[in-house]
Amino acid sequence: MGDLSDKQKKTLLRIVCSIVMTAVLALSHLTGALLFVLYMCDYLLIGYDILIKAFKGIKNRQPLDECLLMSIATIGAIALALYERSGDYLEAVAVMLFYQIGEWFQGYAVGKSRRHIGELMDIAPDRANIETEGGVLEQVDPDDVEIGTLIVVQPGERIPIDGVIREGESSLDTSSLTGESMPRDVKPGDEVASGCINQSGMLRIETTKEFCESTASKVMELIEDAGMRKSKSEQFITRFARVYTPAVVISALALAVLPPVVLLLTGNEPGWGTWIYRALTFLVISCPCALVVSIPLSFFAGIGGASRQGVLVKGSNYLELLAKTSTIVFDKTGTLTKGAFEVKAIHPDVIEPHQLLHLASHVERYSNHPIANSVRLAYPDEADECVIENVEEIPGHGIRAGVNGDDIAVGNARLMDKMGAEVHECELCTGSGTSLHVTINNKYAGHIVIADAMKPHSKQAMAELKKCGVSKLVMLTGDSEKVAREVALELGIDEVYANLLPQDKVARVEELLASKRSGENLAFVGDGINDAPVLARSDVGIAMGAMGSDAAIEAADIVLMDDDPLKIATAIRISSKCLRIVRENIWFAIGVKLICLLLGAFGIANMWAAIFADVGVMVLAVLNAIRCMFIKGVKAEDDRS
Amino acid sequence: MKKSYKIDVDCAACAAKMEDAANKTPGVKEAVVNFMALKMKVEFEDGADVAQVMGQVRENCKKVESDCEVFL
Repeated sequence: MGDLSDKQKKTLLRIVCSIVMTAVLALSHLTGALLFVLYMCDYLLIGYDILIKAFKGIKNRQPLDECLLMSIATIGAIALALYERSGDYLEAVAVMLFYQIGEWFQGYAVGKSRRHIGELMDIAPDRANIETEGGVLEQVDPDDVEIGTLIVVQPGERIPIDGVIREGESSLDTSSLTGESMPRDVKPGDEVASGCINQSGMLRIETTKEFCESTASKVMELIEDAGMRKSKSEQFITRFARVYTPAVVISALALAVLPPVVLLLTGNEPGWGTWIYRALTFLVISCPCALVVSIPLSFFAGIGGASRQGVLVKGSNYLELLAKTSTIVFDKTGTLTKGAFEVKAIHPDVIEPHQLLHLASHVERYSNHPIANSVRLAYPDEADECVIENVEEIPGHGIRAGVNGDDIAVGNARLMDKMGAEVHECELCTGSGTSLHVTINNKYAGHIVIADAMKPHSKQAMAELKKCGVSKLVMLTGDSEKVAREVALELGIDEVYANLLPQDKVARVEELLASKRSGENLAFVGDGINDAPVLARSDVGIAMGAMGSDAAIEAADIVLMDDDPLKIATAIRISSKCLRIVRENIWFAIGVKLICLLLGAFGIANMWAAIFADVGVMVLAVLNAIRCMFIKGVKAEDDRS
Repeated sequence: MKKSYKIDVDCAACAAKMEDAANKTPGVKEAVVNFMALKMKVEFEDGADVAQVMGQVRENCKKVESDCEVFL
């Protein structure tokens, strides 16, 4: 109980004392004035702050203050007990007691989840290590660290400020930023984002940003501010709360006056006591807090839970929009594909595939061309004993070199023409990708197919999105029709638009926006920097790969911290579950309150039942809301084992 | 101009009341209260005296919810 505020501790003490006192009084056989005085002591003990607030409310002309209504209800009940000489003061005390318990629990639960989510997101350390001239580490406030300072991050520490590694190698735990559990290996020259935990070696990092501009600080600020963009449900419930209290109070007044008057006029016994009691029961249920608290709590918990999985949501409203997304438009390169070439297939004529790749990688040893990089990447053991000589790069054609005495040439069809080697049609090649032809001693030996590689989870992501209720998947690309169609077919994408210039993409998205049904939303997924206009135009803009890219964070509504398209499905799943919980809470709370009012009006529910139901609904709604924090993401198929 | 202030308030309905009160204060263009983060973001009218307006905002909030606080 160490995490209670002083105010909470005091209230808790009052609640406990009051429970004991109430129990003793209820079981005692005291009667008359003594009982009344003791009950009044108990009542004041548990309710004095409510009475004071009620008084302040009157002073400030706040006619519908909850405290005032609670005070009227309980004082009314005591007055009735006195008037009817029933001696039943217990009820008023109990109502006040339960009301306080409810308020206390709400404060406790909200404070607890606030702290819990706060800790989850507390990824910006509050100190940085700077090495002094004597080689001693000094801890300083990261706010005071200037750009270009060398900071030291020891194993187990979090990187406080974005920067570039100058010294040291280590692996970084990026999970608090990306949700990715696989550590990332880093070496001098690598850029690192703040918020990552240094796991093994000591690092010296030259800072490239100020603390408040660093990734970790930005992410924290973003999530804290997410609650500022209010969702429709939140606006609805706030509006509802605004009319709810006056409506209940007016009905209470009507209930207290109308039936007795009617009874009186029709010549019956008016029964003022009964009707006033029923009206007071109404006032007990008049506080809208249970309704109001669970909505922001749900969204806050949902956004906190999403951030833990590497999905940053910039406002509660975007969670709401995402849950009703029917169309998702993807940019191809960098979003569904890696945007980097990779060896896709090897089709040799005479030698083993492995041998062909071996020879080609030797020839490409000294080249910096992206294609050369991809070939070397496919054959990591390139540095063997083979003798490579006379390397000659022929721009626009390819490379030629001697390997172990053989003359090997690697390049495009034009190079083959030049060499006089005959390129034949290949029935194994399905279309997309670039063929890299190889000759051995001027004789055609086969080709290596290189293409932009698909991201490992792209295909699964598309399937999961369909499962989440997305009906239309669209891909936009500047690439050729042929390549686009093939990618779309492999991934299961419904519509493809190829050969698009950046401005065409905006036009396409406009068309798609116009053609969708109302009430459904369109999300665009891009890699942030060059897609800014489209991200802004769509209902929900999702940017990929925010690690270190401010442009992505600025332009998008939702940011996926790693490049994994599967996280879109995670985001949608979180949003729809979160929304379901919000809806459950709204209807459950309103429903129970209405039933209570109805039962109260007919005299079936007394004040006890009313306060029980009211507090109970709130407790359940709060507990339900906290579930939003623990919604599981979509797991990748390959690490499902 | 926009500024962010820390606040303290116990219940969500009270936070909504504070938001209303702040929005009705002259000089405030738009105020948003984030109950979960306990923050109030205020956008001021052009040429408004921030200190004076915020003093008024605090006073108005106290009127609707005596138990709240706006840290200036």
